[in-house]
Amino acid sequence: MEVTVAHLKRGEKAIIVDVSSINIPLKLLEMGCLPGNEVELVQLAPFSDPMYLKINGTHLAIRKETAIHIIIEITNE
Amino acid sequence: MSKQINVALIGNPNTGKTSVFNALTGLNQKVGNYPGITVEKKEGICKLPRGVKAHIIDLPGTYSLNASSLDENVVIELLLNKNDKDFPDVAVVVSDVENLKRNLLLFTQIKDLEIPTILVINMADRMKYKGISLDIPYLEAELNTKIAIVSTRKKEGIDNLKELISNFKELSITPCLSASEIDKEYFDNLRKAFPNQLLYKLWLVITQDVNFGKTDRNVIDAVADFKTKTKADLKKLQQKETIKRYQFINNTLKKGQNIDLSTAKDLRIRLDRILTHKVWGYVIFLFILLTIFQAIYDWSAIPMDFIDSAFASLSEWTKNALPEGALTSLLAEGIIPGLGGIVIFIPQIAFLFLFISVLEESGYMSRVVFLMDRGMRRFGLSGKSVVPLISGTACAIPAIMATRNIESWKERLITILVTPFTTCSARLPVYLIIISLVIPEGRFLGLGYQALTLMLLYLIGFASALISAMILNKVLKIKSKSFFVVEMPNYKLPLIKNVALTVVEKTKSFVFGAGKIILAISIVLWFLASYGPGDQFNNAEEIVTEKFASDNLTEDELQQEIASQKLEYSFIGLAGRAIEPAIRPLGYDWKIGIAIVSSFAAREVFVGTLATIYSVGSDDEDTIKNRMAGEVNPILGGPLFNFASGISLMLFYAFAMQCMSTLAVVKRETNSWKWPILQLVLMSAFAYVVALIAYQILI
Repeated sequence: MEVTVAHLKRGEKAIIVDVSSINIPLKLLEMGCLPGNEVELVQLAPFSDPMYLKINGTHLAIRKETAIHIIIEITNE
Repeated sequence: MSKQINVALIGNPNTGKTSVFNALTGLNQKVGNYPGITVEKKEGICKLPRGVKAHIIDLPGTYSLNASSLDENVVIELLLNKNDKDFPDVAVVVSDVENLKRNLLLFTQIKDLEIPTILVINMADRMKYKGISLDIPYLEAELNTKIAIVSTRKKEGIDNLKELISNFKELSITPCLSASEIDKEYFDNLRKAFPNQLLYKLWLVITQDVNFGKTDRNVIDAVADFKTKTKADLKKLQQKETIKRYQFINNTLKKGQNIDLSTAKDLRIRLDRILTHKVWGYVIFLFILLTIFQAIYDWSAIPMDFIDSAFASLSEWTKNALPEGALTSLLAEGIIPGLGGIVIFIPQIAFLFLFISVLEESGYMSRVVFLMDRGMRRFGLSGKSVVPLISGTACAIPAIMATRNIESWKERLITILVTPFTTCSARLPVYLIIISLVIPEGRFLGLGYQALTLMLLYLIGFASALISAMILNKVLKIKSKSFFVVEMPNYKLPLIKNVALTVVEKTKSFVFGAGKIILAISIVLWFLASYGPGDQFNNAEEIVTEKFASDNLTEDELQQEIASQKLEYSFIGLAGRAIEPAIRPLGYDWKIGIAIVSSFAAREVFVGTLATIYSVGSDDEDTIKNRMAGEVNPILGGPLFNFASGISLMLFYAFAMQCMSTLAVVKRETNSWKWPILQLVLMSAFAYVVALIAYQILI
């Protein structure tokens, strides 16, 4: 099974491996959600949705339904 | 001779673009609308060195030139239309030092349009705190631009920026990178087809769904035929373009920017741990709301009492100082009480705008969006609907415009439809005066009964918005893809200047906008109340004198009886009594009926209308509130404004759709009359039923 942003735990960091361009709005890509960039889970709202992330230095929140389309590799340092 | 140059301020949201605009223009600014649409257009004048004047436009915030909302369209429309009178001689891209990487994406796009561009790096005061250092000469060389390091908070760097703007002719217009790299074959063909056009401009015309200026029409039509790629392919290319731009930016920043994480202190992490916490986040949010309502009530009590009595004395003074006649009476009984009915609410409205603008400026509003999204989705809304619903407590018009950043059309439409339920500042006058008449003063747990009632009315507003959203969500059959992306900006201490300008601007537009309607309505009302047809009005004195001939009334009492006879048979009295059967079951008399009818223009007219009706014919120096308290129910006896009729009236105002301007905005934003008419009919019918039930139960 592919690991996605939706699998991140609080404080965990990962590298974005792939984003499915059909399911991800261009706006999110422009904010830095691109392969190779780092993503960190900052905070979760109740029921783990939405997710408060730090991507490429930008802090933003997205819904879980979008997060499952961002494929990552957890880097655990 | 001094000449004027056009300057466009462009930047991502939350970069302090508006602070830069305020610093450049000060009070020399005006807020209008772009023709035909409701996007706010902010422009101002700035004096530059050597007698040059700059006309500065503060364009809506955008993350890129790939527009996805009405506000963002404005940016790209202007930048692509050389014939627009506002087309910038120089573009100033405002960026935030902490998010330079992302901010530069927009910068490189604007550079590719070959417009002279200055890069402002704002919030420089945070650099040391964040351990950031920049190699400015290197960045200037790599980006082919001039950089102004600015701190609007510390008021630093603005003069340098003015200097750079005035020397705009020396700026390089060489692009940072070439868009054609992403698909050589496609772009080569494009260049062959349009040898005289800018390649990146053509690319934007192809990919954007925007209304461009008329003059470039033939090119645009020709380009439309050139669409040799499918939408999905174009989107892939756009994605490729974005990656290319970030590669360039990352390479540039690798050398030009150094971040020493060991010296970086992060307040936001600690604040976010509490403010976005699963439990504490909500507790704090509720606490903030409570504080705001209590403050609006307590802080404005003194100035409001002062304004109320000042207008009463002004009216009295006018009557005595000017020669008797129709004009004096129009002034003293029509215009002054009518205006008093609006001026009195300035303190509360100003406080409300103050709190909302502090919440927005500090970055807290985004946390609320994050906290509320999940819950709001259950009602068919988005977390972003919270912003319209909260700013709807000031006015539904800007609130409805604030729905534009909601990505899903269905969520946006529902937000637009339910926002008028939130308690806007125009309802406040009605609530306040009725609360002060029918709710006792005491305190409960430190909160006044009156403040609690007001809070309850706000809660009713929110609750009915949510419940109707839930119903609409079930009823409306609209399929739309929903994306939710919200930036969580840094916490900032709000700049006093920004907050003050917002409060002044919004209060002014509220007072003048409403003031015009109220002035017109009070003149009409005064006329209708001062004249009437038939014997009962024209011979009122004789009829009344005869009627009470045996009662031995004093002169004063007799005059009072004559005045009320006249009012009853004036045009307005006749009209009011015609509608009275419809509103009597709700506990109202015909005077309130008139006030309700005129309120359909705008709710805040209510108090002014009653003030005008009551002051015609009475000549004692009294406040509106005392006059209302003295009104007697003609059928049941006892005060007309009692607990039952007061509650019924407040509930009517809570639900009824009484605002022409809101209906007009809904029409513009939804592009259809269907939705505003639906709002008007359903909300008002519901209001009538609820008010009826409430009165019948309580009486």
